[in-house]
Amino acid sequence: MIRLAVVSGKGGTGKTMVAAALADISGVPQVLADCDVDAANLELLFEPRRITTEEYLGLEAARIDPAVCRDCGICADHCRFGAIVRRNDAWEVDPLHCEGCAVCTYVCPTGAARMEPRPSGEIYTSATDRGSLAHARLFPGSGNSGLLVTEVKKRAESLADGAGLLLADGPPGIGCPLIATVGGMDAVLIVTEPGVSALHDIERLVTVCRRFGVRIFAAINRFDLAEDIRARIEDYCRREDIVVAGEIPFDPMVIDAVRNGRPVTRGAASPAADALRALRDTLFAELGLS
Amino acid sequence: MKIAIASGKGGTGKTMVAANLGFTLALSREAALVDCDVEEPNLHLFFPAQALTAPVTTPVPEIDPDRCTLCGECGKFCRFGALSVLKDRVLVFPHLCHSCGGCTLVCPQGAVREVPRTIGRVACSSPIPRLTLVSGVLNEGEVQAPAVIRAAKALSKAHPLTIYDASPGTACPVIETIDGSDACILVTESTPFGLHDLRLAAEVAEKMGIPAGVVINRSDGRDEETLAFCRERGLPVLMTIPFSREIAAVQNRGGLICRDLPGWEERFMALFDGIAGVVA
Repeated sequence: MIRLAVVSGKGGTGKTMVAAALADISGVPQVLADCDVDAANLELLFEPRRITTEEYLGLEAARIDPAVCRDCGICADHCRFGAIVRRNDAWEVDPLHCEGCAVCTYVCPTGAARMEPRPSGEIYTSATDRGSLAHARLFPGSGNSGLLVTEVKKRAESLADGAGLLLADGPPGIGCPLIATVGGMDAVLIVTEPGVSALHDIERLVTVCRRFGVRIFAAINRFDLAEDIRARIEDYCRREDIVVAGEIPFDPMVIDAVRNGRPVTRGAASPAADALRALRDTLFAELGLS
Repeated sequence: MKIAIASGKGGTGKTMVAANLGFTLALSREAALVDCDVEEPNLHLFFPAQALTAPVTTPVPEIDPDRCTLCGECGKFCRFGALSVLKDRVLVFPHLCHSCGGCTLVCPQGAVREVPRTIGRVACSSPIPRLTLVSGVLNEGEVQAPAVIRAAKALSKAHPLTIYDASPGTACPVIETIDGSDACILVTESTPFGLHDLRLAAEVAEKMGIPAGVVINRSDGRDEETLAFCRERGLPVLMTIPFSREIAAVQNRGGLICRDLPGWEERFMALFDGIAGVVA
């Protein structure tokens, strides 16, 4: 099975749009994974039928039992995350800041601070007309999104029976969720756009991806909005030996498709859909997928 | 006043709003812009200038093999898997360390001390009169984005008027960024993705008790659903930026619409008045 993640560095370049189109037209038995767990959007385009829902607990959080607390404040002195706060004349743990290190439970002389499970999201498996989908929802403000990405990937692997392709829609950035997404992949497709920000971001993203030894491909979205910067991206890819597998023109049909909750390749012919088909053919040929 | 700019969804135009707001404010007063999108910082691309940089370090454990008895307490305590006690030595995985200091507390031999480890940097510049730009930059391959965000915010702490540019998403880096802000500007675009993620971002701001207002970017005039959501949540729509190839072109080349296109300086000033009104 080929494991391919669609990533971008900069957000909003069109990762989900491209991932959805590839999933729609892949023609290969596949399993899908939405690894952008903070803001998971792939499901908005595939009307998935939910099969399983599991609670995601993340790391434990501390809690102070007010009945046992003697108000000494030693826990607050030792907490490096500012998570132990004074509220209503008592010490309390602010779960948004608690990293779950358990130092407070160690230093508390009365055993008032304890660690408790912390529901942080939900993990789902679903059926779509383009294969099974593993996805998740991180409760807003929760941490450990990298761990949740790892859980989503595990579910996708378990659903991959006989699939030739695991296609992951990745998160923006280069931090913990991205690193959790790229680990174990065979290839990444970087969706970029002709802007100074995206050009800057692709270089940092490539540096991170190189460490995982994955094959790196690029797709330039809305390439016709700034032809000169497009040329700079192409130059960069040539220097870095990155195959530009496709270039997608600016096309109002893309927004229409998203508004209608479907991949852009499903529906009336459009310049973007044609470009995405060409991208699929180039990329899949490179990856040895027929 | 401290204003955070967030979005949930990436690429809705947070940095564009932050850069234009910062530039506009600096025409008449002192302002600080802080790039808290430390994984992919971009604000400096709109304000080329010589910057002073300083490393951001976090404390990580170092084991003194002469004192260590391999008792295993540190490895047992560490919830992040950053210490692994083997038969003949202790392995430290510094990139997993959250710098809680627990290992130094639990070691009965005093064999653990903390040493600084560089995970990123902060860069500080004054690209135009009255504007201070602070950028947090996480080193490639590192995961402790919140520590770099804290360092960048600390540099601008004393500043009376500060704008924080957040990363996309709704997880720990976003919390770290908007924590302590007086108001939050949520930048969205009127697509189902934009609205879905605006909902999440609004939930984060609400959870943290920070008042918020909305900027709708790249509007094609079909904003009904977003407007309905904002009405329902009592979120004022402070500004609507239409989609236009002209705006996209200025933006893509690292320009500022408040400087390069007529009429936008006034609109960003009005955005500032609007968000100040949300705080009051």
